[in-house]
Amino acid sequence: MKAEFRWLGEGALLVRLGEGIDPEVNARVRRLAAALDAAGIPGLVETVPTYRSVLVIFDPLITAPGALREAVEEVLERPDVGHSPGYREIVLPVAYGGEFGPDLELVCSHTGLAPDEVVAKHAGRVYLVYMLGFLPGFAYAGDLSPELEVPRLPQPRVRVPRGSVAIAGRQTGIYSLDSPGGWMLIGRTPVPTYRPRAAEPFLLRPGDRLRFLPISPEQYRKIEAQVRTGQYRLQVKEVSPE
Amino acid sequence: MSGRLRVLRPGPHDTVQDLGRHGYRAYGMPSSGAADWASLVAGNLLVGNPPTAAALESTLVGPVLRVEGGEVFLAVTGAPCTPRVDGSPVPCWTVLCLRPGQTLKLGRCHLGCRMYVCVAGGIETPEVMESRSTYVPGEIGGLDGRKLAEGDCLPVGMNSQGARVGRTLRPEFRPQMKEPWTLRAVRGPDDDAFLPESVSQFFSGTYRVSPASDRMGCRLEGPVLRHAGDAEIVSEGVIPGTVQVPGSGLPILLLSDCQTTGGYPRIATVIRADMWAAGQLRPGDAVRFCEVSVEQAVQAERRMLGRLARGLGLGLSVIRTADWGFRVWVEPQG
Repeated sequence: MKAEFRWLGEGALLVRLGEGIDPEVNARVRRLAAALDAAGIPGLVETVPTYRSVLVIFDPLITAPGALREAVEEVLERPDVGHSPGYREIVLPVAYGGEFGPDLELVCSHTGLAPDEVVAKHAGRVYLVYMLGFLPGFAYAGDLSPELEVPRLPQPRVRVPRGSVAIAGRQTGIYSLDSPGGWMLIGRTPVPTYRPRAAEPFLLRPGDRLRFLPISPEQYRKIEAQVRTGQYRLQVKEVSPE
Repeated sequence: MSGRLRVLRPGPHDTVQDLGRHGYRAYGMPSSGAADWASLVAGNLLVGNPPTAAALESTLVGPVLRVEGGEVFLAVTGAPCTPRVDGSPVPCWTVLCLRPGQTLKLGRCHLGCRMYVCVAGGIETPEVMESRSTYVPGEIGGLDGRKLAEGDCLPVGMNSQGARVGRTLRPEFRPQMKEPWTLRAVRGPDDDAFLPESVSQFFSGTYRVSPASDRMGCRLEGPVLRHAGDAEIVSEGVIPGTVQVPGSGLPILLLSDCQTTGGYPRIATVIRADMWAAGQLRPGDAVRFCEVSVEQAVQAERRMLGRLARGLGLGLSVIRTADWGFRVWVEPQG
């Protein structure tokens, strides 16, 4: 699909690169955002990559909207925007079911699977972090096995505890903060994904690959304590471009 | 010695705000910042601060504050109210000097929603991700990421620019508050997701601000808008000013603390020059939307900044801060 441009007011340009949720489209989105961030366009404030588009936020008194659009078109034509970057593979420990995943039974009744089958299917894939949004540090990752596809809760919860690992549609996400939420909760990770006062406040970024490692409630408590004392070492693997 | 402000009695929602936190929306971090950026910028420039300094933002009713430790120069801006120093009324939009022991009571605003106490030297709570703006859901900014409580103490920075007592911004140069409000907006980006008559209804109807409104957004009540197809789209970026319409057909106007992405079709986006007014909408207010082009929107912001600059006797470059991301500061002229 040829890029489609739409305005969000005079200070933000939406650049849409495809339809729906598709890893290929999303890869182009992330490459375009990175190329725009590095392009040195005067007045560019920030870029927001999502599933299929990049929102380019800029100061229209520094670069006029028409000139900004031309600058984006110029970057879109560069060959390096097609270049595939490396990525990180992150393994997150998750305690499934029980107090950690109060909707696991509900997921079973929707899917007809046994609890350990749900866990095996959720933990048995590598997911792409398509985008962050909803909350600071909340990652939308996918795609889930079609067998795990469930709707949102009919009535959203008023408070979902931080760390909750949830599913809805073909997506899985991690609540980075206590917040209201409508996804089904199947587990919880003791690893914080949002630490606002740390040098790196956000654990995950668009393009990361994510894998979930089932752990016991005892291991959850142990890792939780290790995180508190700064002794926990997360499994992160840098994967170079092919 | 630098003064401080002690909160003797808080208002319902007092927070520290500057021009916001920029560069983290890709990580889901909202910008936050003053809901009425124009009143913050004008107040800061009045007291001799850079436009980006942090101030106190109050909603509908302000706090009672006591000055401690040293003199504090300040100006009350934003929604019109009747502030009192030790019980005597003092003017808004005018630089005051309060001595240690004196109290400032903001009271209730007569019109609009948000008042600002801009202090010379700025409020110097710690920066998180390069901003002092409070974002309560994210637990950051201001004092431990929360609204102010009784007994809190706000540190004030050095008054290095030398605030001039009595300096004022004349009424004709202030942001013009008038209810019913008219907000100019650019159509889209998802105007094609609505029936054409719904788009014209949005730009001709009158909406009321619902009580279920906060710094994240104003829920609006009025003509129900009809989607041409699905009321949900694949999540994409949104910004303060975006008007999104969920399945109910009632629009939500997003404000400073809004999420970075959303899955509802966006019928229009309020222009930057009018976003200060969006931050002044109070529950029950009537609001209309007037369609403008992208080019008209840019001209409107330039005119507005020019007017503020003339009122303050400053060059336009000084207040090119509505960029929400740049820190431009030039010495005042004369």
